[in-house]
Amino acid sequence: MEMLMEYMKAFVVGGLICVVGQILLDRVKLTNGVIMVTFLIAGAVLTAIGLYQPLVEFAGAGATVPISGFGYALAKGAMDEVAASGIMGAFTGGIKATAAGITAAIVFGYLAAMFSNPKSKS
Amino acid sequence: MANMKQFKNEYQQIVDAHSPKNKVWANSMKAFLVGGIICTLGQGLVYLYMYWGLSFDESSMLSTITLILASMVCTAFNVYDNIGKFGGAGALIPITGFANSMVSSAMEYKKEGYIYGLGAKLFSIAGPVIVFGTIASVVVGIIYYFV
Amino acid sequence: MGRVGKQTIVFKNPPVISCAYSSVGPKEAAGPLSTYFDHSYEDELLGQDTWEKAESKLIENTIQGLLTRSGKNPTDIEFIFAGDLENQIVASTFGVSSFNIPYFGLYGACSTMGESLCLASMAIGGGMAQTVIAGTSSHYCAAEKQFRYPLEYAGQRTLTQQWTVTGSGYVLVTHGGKGPQVEAITPGKIVDLGISDTFNMGAAMAPAAIDTIVTHLEDTGRRPCDFDAIITGDLGNCGVDIAITLAHKLGYDLKGILNDCGKMIFDNEKQDTHSGGSGCGCSASVFTGYLYKQLLEGKLKRILLVPTGALMSPTSGFQGNTIPGIAHAVSIVMK
Repeated sequence: MEMLMEYMKAFVVGGLICVVGQILLDRVKLTNGVIMVTFLIAGAVLTAIGLYQPLVEFAGAGATVPISGFGYALAKGAMDEVAASGIMGAFTGGIKATAAGITAAIVFGYLAAMFSNPKSKS
Repeated sequence: MANMKQFKNEYQQIVDAHSPKNKVWANSMKAFLVGGIICTLGQGLVYLYMYWGLSFDESSMLSTITLILASMVCTAFNVYDNIGKFGGAGALIPITGFANSMVSSAMEYKKEGYIYGLGAKLFSIAGPVIVFGTIASVVVGIIYYFV
Repeated sequence: MGRVGKQTIVFKNPPVISCAYSSVGPKEAAGPLSTYFDHSYEDELLGQDTWEKAESKLIENTIQGLLTRSGKNPTDIEFIFAGDLENQIVASTFGVSSFNIPYFGLYGACSTMGESLCLASMAIGGGMAQTVIAGTSSHYCAAEKQFRYPLEYAGQRTLTQQWTVTGSGYVLVTHGGKGPQVEAITPGKIVDLGISDTFNMGAAMAPAAIDTIVTHLEDTGRRPCDFDAIITGDLGNCGVDIAITLAHKLGYDLKGILNDCGKMIFDNEKQDTHSGGSGCGCSASVFTGYLYKQLLEGKLKRILLVPTGALMSPTSGFQGNTIPGIAHAVSIVMK
């Protein structure tokens, strides 16, 4: 039962973040690229001022799976690393914390594209 | 004499009056559904990996990697664009959308070669996310150091 | 041949469009005009390995179809006027190269059918040539790749967006002979009312279309009702509405007379194309496939064909430029 609640929270929070994106797409006419970068930076900034961490604790994947969660991971990584090893941590922490995701995206991305072709749409 | 310039000021209004607007309510419902499902899937994967004995941090990381892989496989099999057509931002904003933007560009430009096509275009849409993400993390880190 | 009014040429010896040939892709062949196209392809790659090569093949096959139908050899053709949407119009270059015909490569975006027809008519009408070919093409996948997003990208299309036609149309323009005649042309000016939404091309091009149509009417002293139809290239559903509104403000009632190739080629409800078709191949295939046959059969006596183009590039868009529109009018009569 408790687990079901966790799923619900992830669903609702993740869904709502996407709804904000949809409204920006349809009404503010932001392009896809601008929306991605905006959400990413918003995630990093909210993490820096301590607002995103509670959301992650509340909603789990609902807050970490959207691209704002990538911004959260980058910012959190940098902050943790600065706390642990000083100013150089600002340069190593972000990428270190997200290295697995970036590496996976590049390796799987290259492989997937090697063995597939785009198809015409109808 | 036809002088179209006279309409310059009012033209945007004429255009808006005749251009159908995207159905933001219906689209938002779909975005909520698709985005929600993808995040729930992510949550389920975290629990699954923890159940298999991994730590919370490892499970989270592996969950992200799994979502990326799943999205890339869907893209390679020409499926993910249909999820995006239906779900809009619900398919774009999760990490799966980021993965889709990489593979879809790489696939499209593959014919220009494995280096200048596939290699170079992998980041043609996703590039800004990595660039701004890296910059943001450094800025946050430096501010955090001094505050 | 003589200049009339501001920017119109009326031909004393009207060039004749003595043959036409159209080829389209699978989606176009499933549309309302399917029975009119001369050839349709099931495979949007046409057996090639890239979209770009597929478009070149489409052009080559269409020109070959035109030559075969008209019983001409490539050596009978003095010039070819062609263009497309790809960067540096390479699709046309590779498509026409095997015919060894002197080649004028044109870029007028989706207005290229009008541009090529205007120039071909001038070459014939001015006595510079006896037999020339004019035409253009577009390919949905090649155009998406160049102007928008990768095909497999998960982006949503807006409701004002149009669907680039995979299709090609070429015509044989001759001095004398049988067929519909080009009695007058009005090459258009660039008109830009400040639209920058690349997902609403109809809005960017509608002012250019009306500018050219009204100029043609004023230069020739004709009224809209002198034509059986005034047909724009690819304004799409909302573009046509905007064009009618603009014409109304200038004192012309085009309702019922103005139609659009982009509106005709797809069934928007069934085929989910949103605001209709677009691309060079849109007006090219609808003219050579449908309208030309209507003219030959006498179902249409006089039409004003007005292919419309949006002259932007992805670079100009990112640099914040607005989208300049253009439209060329060709008055075609069946005697």
